Amino acid sequence: MAEERRQKHCSVVLPTESMKAMAESVGVGQLQEDSCVALSEEVSYRIKEIAQDALKFMHHGKRRKLTTSDIDNALKLKNVEPLYGFQSQEFIPFRFASGGGRELHFYEEKEADLSDIINTPLPRVPLDVSLKAHWLSIEGMQPAIPENPPPATKEQQKAESTEPLKVVKPGQEEEGTIQGKSQGTTTPDGKGKEKGLIRLKPRSTHELSVEQQLYYKEITEACVGSCEAKRAEALQSIATDPGLYQMLPRFSTFISEGVRVNVVQNNLALLIYLMRMVKALMDNPTLYLEKYLHELIPAVVTCIVSKQLCLRPDVDNHWALRDFAARLMAQSCKTFSTTTNNIQSRITKTFTKSWLDDKTQWTTRYGCIAGLAELGSDVIKTLIIPRLAVEGARIKAVMEGPVVSNIDKIGAEHVQSLLLKHCASVIAKLRPQPDNVDQYRTDYGYLGPMLCSHVMKARTQAALQAQQVNRTTLTITQPRPTLSVSQSGLSGSSGPRTPSIIKVPSSLTLMSPRPGTPSQPSPPATKYIVMATSAGAASTQQVITLSSSQSASPVTSTVPSATSTLQPLVKLESGSGAGLTASRPLQKYIVVSLPSSASSSLETKSSVLPTSISSSSLDGGMKLERSESPGASTQSPH
Amino acid sequence: MIALTGKNQSYVLVLYGLCFPLIHVAHAQFILKMAAVQGGMGDADIKTDIKTEPSADGFGNNNANDGRVLSASPGSSSSTGSNKQTAAVTPEDQQTLLAVLQFLKKNKLSESVEILRREAGLPENSLDPKANESAGAGSGGAAGIVDLEGGDASSLLSRVTGSSSAGAQAPTKGTVQSGCCPAVAEDQPDVSVVLSAYSQQGDPTLYKVYYRDLKKFIETVLDCHRAELSQVFYPLFVHMYLELVYNNHESEAKAFFEKFSGDQECYYEEDLRILSGLTKKEHMRGNETLLDFRTSKFVLRISRDSYQLLKRHLQERQNNQIWNIIQEHLYIDIFDGMPRSKSQIDAMSGSLAGEAKREANKTKVYYGLLKEPEIELPLDDEDEEAENEEGKPKKKKPKKDSVGSKSKKQDPNAPSQNRIPLPELKDSDKLDKIMYMKEATKRIRLGPDNLPSVCFYTFLNAYQGLTAVDLTDDSSLIAGGFADSTVRVWSVTPKKLRKVKSAADLNLIDKESDDVLERIMDEKTASESKIMYGHSGPVYGISFSPDRNYLLSSSEDGTVRLWSLLTFTCLVAYKGHNYPVWDTQFSPYGYYFVSGGHDRVARLWATDHYQPLRIFSGHLADITCTRFHPNSNYVATGSSDRTIRLWDVLSGNCVRIFTGHKGPIHSLAFSPNGKFLASGATDGRVLLWDIGHGLMVGELKGHTDTIYSLRFSRDGEILASGSMDNTVRLWDAMKAFDDLETDDFTAATGHIHLQDNSQELLLGTYTTKSTPVIHLHFTRRNLLLAAGAFNP
Repeated sequence: MAEERRQKHCSVVLPTESMKAMAESVGVGQLQEDSCVALSEEVSYRIKEIAQDALKFMHHGKRRKLTTSDIDNALKLKNVEPLYGFQSQEFIPFRFASGGGRELHFYEEKEADLSDIINTPLPRVPLDVSLKAHWLSIEGMQPAIPENPPPATKEQQKAESTEPLKVVKPGQEEEGTIQGKSQGTTTPDGKGKEKGLIRLKPRSTHELSVEQQLYYKEITEACVGSCEAKRAEALQSIATDPGLYQMLPRFSTFISEGVRVNVVQNNLALLIYLMRMVKALMDNPTLYLEKYLHELIPAVVTCIVSKQLCLRPDVDNHWALRDFAARLMAQSCKTFSTTTNNIQSRITKTFTKSWLDDKTQWTTRYGCIAGLAELGSDVIKTLIIPRLAVEGARIKAVMEGPVVSNIDKIGAEHVQSLLLKHCASVIAKLRPQPDNVDQYRTDYGYLGPMLCSHVMKARTQAALQAQQVNRTTLTITQPRPTLSVSQSGLSGSSGPRTPSIIKVPSSLTLMSPRPGTPSQPSPPATKYIVMATSAGAASTQQVITLSSSQSASPVTSTVPSATSTLQPLVKLESGSGAGLTASRPLQKYIVVSLPSSASSSLETKSSVLPTSISSSSLDGGMKLERSESPGASTQSPH
Repeated sequence: MIALTGKNQSYVLVLYGLCFPLIHVAHAQFILKMAAVQGGMGDADIKTDIKTEPSADGFGNNNANDGRVLSASPGSSSSTGSNKQTAAVTPEDQQTLLAVLQFLKKNKLSESVEILRREAGLPENSLDPKANESAGAGSGGAAGIVDLEGGDASSLLSRVTGSSSAGAQAPTKGTVQSGCCPAVAEDQPDVSVVLSAYSQQGDPTLYKVYYRDLKKFIETVLDCHRAELSQVFYPLFVHMYLELVYNNHESEAKAFFEKFSGDQECYYEEDLRILSGLTKKEHMRGNETLLDFRTSKFVLRISRDSYQLLKRHLQERQNNQIWNIIQEHLYIDIFDGMPRSKSQIDAMSGSLAGEAKREANKTKVYYGLLKEPEIELPLDDEDEEAENEEGKPKKKKPKKDSVGSKSKKQDPNAPSQNRIPLPELKDSDKLDKIMYMKEATKRIRLGPDNLPSVCFYTFLNAYQGLTAVDLTDDSSLIAGGFADSTVRVWSVTPKKLRKVKSAADLNLIDKESDDVLERIMDEKTASESKIMYGHSGPVYGISFSPDRNYLLSSSEDGTVRLWSLLTFTCLVAYKGHNYPVWDTQFSPYGYYFVSGGHDRVARLWATDHYQPLRIFSGHLADITCTRFHPNSNYVATGSSDRTIRLWDVLSGNCVRIFTGHKGPIHSLAFSPNGKFLASGATDGRVLLWDIGHGLMVGELKGHTDTIYSLRFSRDGEILASGSMDNTVRLWDAMKAFDDLETDDFTAATGHIHLQDNSQELLLGTYTTKSTPVIHLHFTRRNLLLAAGAFNP
């Protein structure tokens, strides 16, 4: 059977061996060669016939993919009993094996353990068919709504930016019509010509329609305004709307100018808002940012390494901004770095150079290290770890030496915890097991003992995590939402986007748990219930409350970056700067998961996270406001 | 020759038409046929016997239908079969009948033979082969034809042009060679003769030489003739190959195929693939496609000059092998005048059996619209006043223009009002008509500068299971047919779907009350959608009745079901197709509906008859889509044989055959004025046809995948097409047809000059994210609704 299925695609005859194999399988031992040949010809012909009929069913089923039911129907047409047992699978479940010069396709039948079947939670009930309407076109123009494909696809934007002078492209015609449409169908020709003429200046900005101008104004105002709910909405819009392609240059300029001005004025809050805009732009799956990196990267780097980002460096948590920006930087390196633009190596060089400079201040030093550390464990291994001893000595000088200034001390502290945080996990992988404090001291100097304890902690955690997976999976996967209009894959035509998916109390922002942050005071005892509303219909929420074991760290946990497009939101309910200021021993995490097949594993992780990776609270805050809609490709800033 | 394509179906039909009591024989036949298809070699003989029935009328079917009329009034439920026995048996019928009798006898159905004979009033000895022959000759003679079976070479040569439709349209051949005596190889009723068409033996090794010879010759003729003569290649190639296969020259056949298959036109690729799989004589028996190819004549249209060239060449070369094939299996339609160009030929070719014969499209078609009944009710005025009160001063005038004037004068091309008996208008229909008129006054005038808005209904979570969609004319309900055998109906207006109360509850209702229609509905059952279960296979076709009370669905299980939208239950299952039914549609006036499926016939039904009123047979492959003409007098069917046929509902005859598509046709649409037909196929092209002239008048290129839906806007200005390639495209239909009317197309030769103006006619392309467009619908105000299932 296996061979037959495969070979129907080619116009050849089945090998006689398969006839023999099949004869043997039904108990006919000695099949003569002649009979085999005759049989195989006959069988091949019949199979082709059936395949042709099956194609008919596929066409009438309005599909592009031939399914097993089509073949069943074709068999039925010939009054042959259909094959049973192949219905459920999406794919045809044959596997291929070869050996001894023989090739074999077989149907893998695993032994099923009944208890396993009983213990696995029931699969979700498939969603019922539902109907949803949207405007595909309004008087000849296709509106740029999420249900419609983006006016210019990411590939087109990429092609345009990488080959700006190559005007005649295969997709040219289509792009022309699409652009023409978005400009109004009456002028597709004029548009096309204009495009031809401005070949030498392909990056000239387009004129925005009135609606687009209004949108731009609204969005930018909301992004830097004081209303947090509006901001969340605006960022959400930037991160998901498909029609922003033409406004991208404006946004890019807005951000770079904004950073320039606000760095001078030390307006930390605005800088943070701007960075969040950058993140939202990067999150938008329909935008290709490469053309605007020359504006965005300097802005981001500024936020990482600038000497001073806020008015009161001793109190404000500008460190969080640096961390966040560093993560953005790492992300854009990952996405846009190519051999021609060399973003990653240039950035690395920049960071390293200023880090090595003795006169560099602690703030900049922190930024450089954070920027490097975010680039990945390889960078940490080659660039940071060799310098641990030197850096340790410098920190020691500040911490244990005569008090120079409070600011320096805080800076040194932060650098120290940053180094410990990033290096521990890398070292845990690098060094063999017995962690000897003395050994660490000789290798890494001043930071050695602390590193040692961090490494040990990292190791136990890894082990713990492995253990916990099973148990937590069960408990967390069960309260899955069972009713929802759209699935993860359906982002395109999913329901009307709820404007603000997360109900964010106005004060719930990214700011640090440290009290005294000027811009966003975070009321201590508020409890936030976070709702993840999947577009349209039902909503579910899961609240997990964990008491943190890490009272020493003011730092909340974050979700490890996920490959999936969905991730649960981990919320810091109220940060407690236990070590430093107010004392609130209990931290509550509200985990809201969106309906997704991928979410179970993530939830698992998140539940054990409080003890694992920790990063600054800014990160928690960031997550807090991310309102995710299914399908919007989201990345955690790792 | 298309005459030979009716085969089994027309058998059934003949039996059915002639002798109503014998209907069980027809069923027996059908079962036999199925057994033959399914049983493989053992039963193959029976099967081929059926296939090669030599029916003699021009369209291969439906003479029997002449003897029948549609039941006088749709309301009456009198038996449709009652008047059949009185039908006169024409000589042509007699021939067919003899073949039937012979077949029955062969299969030892002597009782049926007896009954049939008695019914038809045939003499006892009619089954004697001799008498048989004379009967055949007699009928041939009536048409002025002499049977010259086995004549000498020169008369053989002349046979080719003469052999043709002797029956209904006997004297249509104007192309018989003047020098030769008009001779026709009238096929013997003896079924075995046609079967052995390939038994003539030539030297298998010479086939290649012959073919190469001809190829060389055609390559060296003048350019103007080359394109025309090249048409011969494909049918010749196929027949030579089949001949080789039939005579068991397997290796020669293979070599022949490999050598020359590459020369064939690319649009035959699909058929060649099927052909390549066929390497043994045994394979030919079960393969219906190839049997059709063998038994039907491939139609070529060639100018006289080119034909003379070919004939002279073959005569000089004494190339009898090829000549025989041309005689036996090709129908060459010769015309006087300029040879056609390559592009002209390519535009028309591509179907399974060549082009349509010119005569096939000569019948007059009444494509005009029926006169709308005058509805001038006081109710109308009241409503208008109400409208005025609301402050909308626009009124009467546009209404008079759009509806009133049109209905006043009778269209000269329209059929008479009662050519087909239509159901009487009910009060509710009149109300609906009034609604329609009112909506029509608010209709947006579309045009290139005023494109319609498109609202897209996406079916979510359909898991690739959505197979058919339909919307009611007033766009209030949408129905979907699914691969899981369900039919679902949604209300797209705020009005929910309600069932009628149960019988017990209905008894309690005050029947005299004014709102009785409202009272019979059960509020408890109100919901946005309803599911209807009943089919046992994927639902491939779906259609609302114009009055929105019924829904039709056709399914893989071979039935067409009628559902009530008041009770949401199945009312009737119309059985008859036995094989998957690919499409069904209600007549625009209700009551009638048409269905077509894998069994290659389309059937016309009336909702109150469990048996079909008409059977339209003639297609060579599955009927993939069926559409009613706006005047309900004609039915168009599209098929996998890549042709479109138009059938007269009254007579059951095929009145138009349109060739030109290069793939199975999946969508059809009549223009609202009834003059034009648009068709879309798997080849991604939309072709436009002038029904009156029977000509292709336009080609719209742009789609890259199968076109599953086509629809004209309410006033016919815009043609919308939806495709598997996830796009909706809008075309300027006005321009496409306007350009045409200034052209005087040479209807005499049937030539067409298509300019390639697809790009100019394309008004818009709207891409969905990942949703194939499988249905389109213009609301009464010209808003375009599209539907499809999201395909993640």
